[in-house]
Amino acid sequence: MKLHGWGRYPVVDAQLMHVQREASALQLLQQARSGQQILTPRGLGRSYGDSSIGDHVIDFSLQNRFIAFDAKQGLLECEAGTSLRDILTVFIPKGWFLPVTPGTQFVTVGGAIASDVHGKNHHLDGSFSQYIESFRILTGNGEILECSASQHPDLFRASCGGMGLTGLILTARLKLRPITSSDILCRSIRAENLEQLVALFEQHATSPYSVAWIDCLKGGAHLGRSILMLGEHAKDGPLQVASDNALTVPKLFPGELLNPFTISAFNMLYYHRSPKTMAAQRMSYRPYFYPLDSLNDWNRMYGRKGFVQYQFMIPKASGASSMRKIIEAIAASGKGSFLAVLKTFGPGNGNDLSFPGEGWTLALDFRYDDGVLELLDRLDEMVLDAGGRIYLTKDARLKAHSFRRAYPHWETFEATRARYGAHGRFASAQSQRLGLL
Amino acid sequence: MKRILIIGATSAIAEATARLFAARGDSLVLAGRDAQQLNRIAEDLKIRGAASAQALELDVNDFGRHETVIQQATDQLGGLDIALIAHGTLGNQADCEKDFSLALKELNTNAISVMSLLTVLANRMQAQNSGQLAVIGSVAGDRGRPSNYVYGTAKAAVATFCEGLRARLYSHNVNVLLIKPGFVDTPMTAAFKKGPLWAKPDLIAKLIVRALDRRLAMIYTPSFWALIMLIIRSIPRPIFVRLKL
Repeated sequence: MKLHGWGRYPVVDAQLMHVQREASALQLLQQARSGQQILTPRGLGRSYGDSSIGDHVIDFSLQNRFIAFDAKQGLLECEAGTSLRDILTVFIPKGWFLPVTPGTQFVTVGGAIASDVHGKNHHLDGSFSQYIESFRILTGNGEILECSASQHPDLFRASCGGMGLTGLILTARLKLRPITSSDILCRSIRAENLEQLVALFEQHATSPYSVAWIDCLKGGAHLGRSILMLGEHAKDGPLQVASDNALTVPKLFPGELLNPFTISAFNMLYYHRSPKTMAAQRMSYRPYFYPLDSLNDWNRMYGRKGFVQYQFMIPKASGASSMRKIIEAIAASGKGSFLAVLKTFGPGNGNDLSFPGEGWTLALDFRYDDGVLELLDRLDEMVLDAGGRIYLTKDARLKAHSFRRAYPHWETFEATRARYGAHGRFASAQSQRLGLL
Repeated sequence: MKRILIIGATSAIAEATARLFAARGDSLVLAGRDAQQLNRIAEDLKIRGAASAQALELDVNDFGRHETVIQQATDQLGGLDIALIAHGTLGNQADCEKDFSLALKELNTNAISVMSLLTVLANRMQAQNSGQLAVIGSVAGDRGRPSNYVYGTAKAAVATFCEGLRARLYSHNVNVLLIKPGFVDTPMTAAFKKGPLWAKPDLIAKLIVRALDRRLAMIYTPSFWALIMLIIRSIPRPIFVRLKL
């Protein structure tokens, strides 16, 4: 069947197999070993590019049971296909929240580990894998290993952020965060340019959550025009699961409706709609963390050709000037979308391929169109020259030599994969493109 | 709080339905063949809010154990309000045509075992003058089609059995709900190519729970299948026989 990631580009012809119980994961691995098949694990398919597609894809989204919960420590053990939405639905009423969450609830725990996802609190709290006490993984040798920072630490460091290339994660133990309210107190502050925004981020460095929406079509004096959105958990209020109400983007949405004219009009309205500063506003966690979850299949908005999302980070040491140059290049191209997000990262962790590191990160969409791939290749060079990285979870087109520059620990990663029998057994369209074995 | 027995509890539709019961705080007994998987599901349901959840090993084709297992489940639950029969297999039609022993096995699993279980359950609910029986049938039972008439025969038999049983239990305050799903994306149908008519087990589960709340007699899930099957049932025989459905 035809299979693609969230960006709907690229599309491959894949054989899709479902795992509903652990025994069938073992069985599928055995079949793969005798049939010389290479397997690609997949959760809810929310990585944007080609990291969860390949010839033989194992879908874990039905492997989604809670196994145990220690209410004293907030320690949850669950199967790898459990979605973050499922966790929130069951545990918010009990007073627990995710320690780190990406911009959608529709990802699995296994996928969150494999992408080592980050959230709006990275500057203080780090990324998802730092809250994983341990996980059980089925390696290419057919062994099930319990992995943590102290047990098989090499496999732990390779698997967290390892894009599913080290084995099949079966279950995980995740530390939840206690909350006393499901509401978020949110404050928006306008910044007229990038320098102002950087100063605002620094000024609000202790705010638990922070993220900025940024207009990447604006150049010149207004380059970096943005709205900084700060958030914190309310101290009191309900412990209430938000409803799943959502609109759906129709299947044949004409992607041409998103063009430089409509996007810049949207950006202007969005910016001026927001007051210059705003007193804290109370809202449910859902509109704050997951604004796009209220638009089902929003990935169809870019039309039939799909889109690529580009997210990179620039280390703090390179300064805001590198970020400015890259935004200038994006603004000059006129191809950027209205979904551009900038935030600060705290220090990275020691995982082989984890994306975050101290500095800034910018994410934005590009409708898949003529000239986009060339533009992104040029941006890669600028990012790499500044000592930055490109996020593999969003990637659909990075070149192998750029990957090696961005992730200098790739050799450690490959050596660990070799030790645990992953070579020739686990791969994805992405890993093959990136020149991994 | 309802006391609920689910037979064939590892099936995707059954598990999705059990999660909705669990979220309401019901008590559950899960019967099926794979004890390890049943135990894992039971633990999951407890975390999701079930007042209790226990696994009970049962091979539905072991007819001799039906009485004992249902007794055990009732004891564990302290009574019985709802029983959902959800087990089933989708055998290979072509193989069943070549070898009737395979067809017989399919009929036993999908029809005869259901009737045996329903008989035991019905007698108990009749005696207590309360309860609901829910059975997962299929749109495949509405008409015999060359592509899967063995499976369809079993589901048609179950449908007729339910109709009679419903009338028998009517005056005893016991409802019999027959659920007729269309195409559902589950491990049982993993080999099929999926299209726009396919539904997720979560949706089927919601519709089952709603139908139980309303004590309905029969539902197509999703409901557009009622219209599709109305059309299919009205195709005249001289035409139907020429269709390769």
